[in-house]
Amino acid sequence: MTNLLTVKDLTMRFGGLLAVNGVNLEVGEKQIVSVIGPNGAGKTTVFNCVSGFYIPTAGSVMFQGKEMRGKPGFKIAQEGMVRTFQNVRLFKEMTVIENLLVAQHMHAEHNLLKGFFMTSDFKKKEQELMDRAAHWLEKVGLLDFANREAGNLAYGQQRRLEIARCMVTEPKLLMLDEPAAGLNPNETKDLDELIVHLKDEQGISILLIEHDMGLVMGISDQIYVVNQGEPLASGTPAEIQANPEVIKAYLGEE
Amino acid sequence: MSDSIYYFIQQIANGLTIGSTYALIAIGYTMVYGIIGMINFAHGEVYMIGTYISFIVLAGLTMLGFDNVFIMVGLAMMVSIMIASAYGFTIEKVAYKPLRSSKRLIALISAIGMSIFLQNYIRLAQGSRDIAMPSLIQGGFLLGDPDGSHILISYMQVIIIVTTIICMAGLTLFISRSRMGRACRASAQDIGMTNLLGINSNNVIATTFIIGASLAAVAGTLLGMYYGVVNPYVGFIAGLKAFTAAVLGGIGSIPGAMLGGLLLGVSESLTAGYFTAEYKDVVAFSLLILILLFMPQGILGKPEVEKI
Repeated sequence: MTNLLTVKDLTMRFGGLLAVNGVNLEVGEKQIVSVIGPNGAGKTTVFNCVSGFYIPTAGSVMFQGKEMRGKPGFKIAQEGMVRTFQNVRLFKEMTVIENLLVAQHMHAEHNLLKGFFMTSDFKKKEQELMDRAAHWLEKVGLLDFANREAGNLAYGQQRRLEIARCMVTEPKLLMLDEPAAGLNPNETKDLDELIVHLKDEQGISILLIEHDMGLVMGISDQIYVVNQGEPLASGTPAEIQANPEVIKAYLGEE
Repeated sequence: MSDSIYYFIQQIANGLTIGSTYALIAIGYTMVYGIIGMINFAHGEVYMIGTYISFIVLAGLTMLGFDNVFIMVGLAMMVSIMIASAYGFTIEKVAYKPLRSSKRLIALISAIGMSIFLQNYIRLAQGSRDIAMPSLIQGGFLLGDPDGSHILISYMQVIIIVTTIICMAGLTLFISRSRMGRACRASAQDIGMTNLLGINSNNVIATTFIIGASLAAVAGTLLGMYYGVVNPYVGFIAGLKAFTAAVLGGIGSIPGAMLGGLLLGVSESLTAGYFTAEYKDVVAFSLLILILLFMPQGILGKPEVEKI
């Protein structure tokens, strides 16, 4: 079986600082894979390298058998890999529905003349975008807020909208950077269900950075542990929980 | 009605005319700033080139024996828009795109360099003398007593204001309704994020430069015909005025640029009408200094939040 995503020897250097050193990751089809590690371990840097936000110093990022390293972010998104951010990055001054319409830009009709004359073709396509947006708003429970300004939503709602915005691009791999940060236990439970739903019903894979161990251990198929930029361990949740190295990295030595 | 009211209305009408063209040029500054956070100081030069092109086209058409003024002006404007957009597009690709990831100051210097280059290029190609053109559209509406107090609004003034309104309405529709407009608005908020959602930011940036240059070309055609004269240096002062208008209204805000242009035009014309014409630039730039000191975000702008 070929992997959806294979990251090999990923290295990122900022001047003298080696932020990520030789990290490997494998994500298969319909899998939830988590990256954990103490604060400042380089997890987000790994995400930034994989999603094309940074160009890694060395290593390779293969997505569906194609090299992604050095490609611009929009190309990577068009291949089917999209991400959320730790600090939610919505288009805060646009409405909820507009956020989802913008994200479908690459699926949209770009003939300005057709738009100008409102041809039936154009209207049909525009309707498709609206339908897909409405479908995902319903899935994340924000349909009633469609015309609200995104910046005015509650924090938990903003996080769900960010996931919906990724989903309308119809990705094959969704990368979530600490999606449970700042959520209350109930919201975290909803998020848990949403992520599992995305895997089971939509058939996509999810790469997750998360500190909420309950969430990570409950839904992950595979876990990678990163510490101080270096890979520390990988395995199933049960293996990771029993690994003394991991416990040491998190809790310090006795 | 008394004399003074006629006089006042006349000044306002003159101010709105000039102000609309400032607003057209200011859009180019404000949209580019909104998306990539830099001041395109070569924008005034695009306006100047637009004026030259429309003069050349009008002269050519006259030589060919055209006599329908509306077709001539329409054609001149269209050719001017096309060539000026090509300039806008190329300026971005040559002078700004390679510097996109460097510091803002570096791109700014590149913009100033581009401005000097274009000014001198036109000076070499067209000569540094004033080029004059007989006014094609004469006459106007007269309100009041022709021999006593009256208001005269020339047809050219009406054309300038109406064309500006059409352009602004078109731009507003484009920005609010079209997909590219949506992508532009989203990019103005977070261009890194639109990129990660699969939108090619190069296309968005190129679009803003093309729109800005097109509107500058419209302003160039209109203002060129209004004044009847062009030289290679008109871009400098017009660019500064439009930049002032954009800052006045709140840089990055499209309605702000429209409002700023009109306010600046009216305040200039009131200064010229009630004080002396020599002081109108003093007033315009004093306004810029006052705005920067006391209201740096402008009238319709939002306080600057450093983008992460």
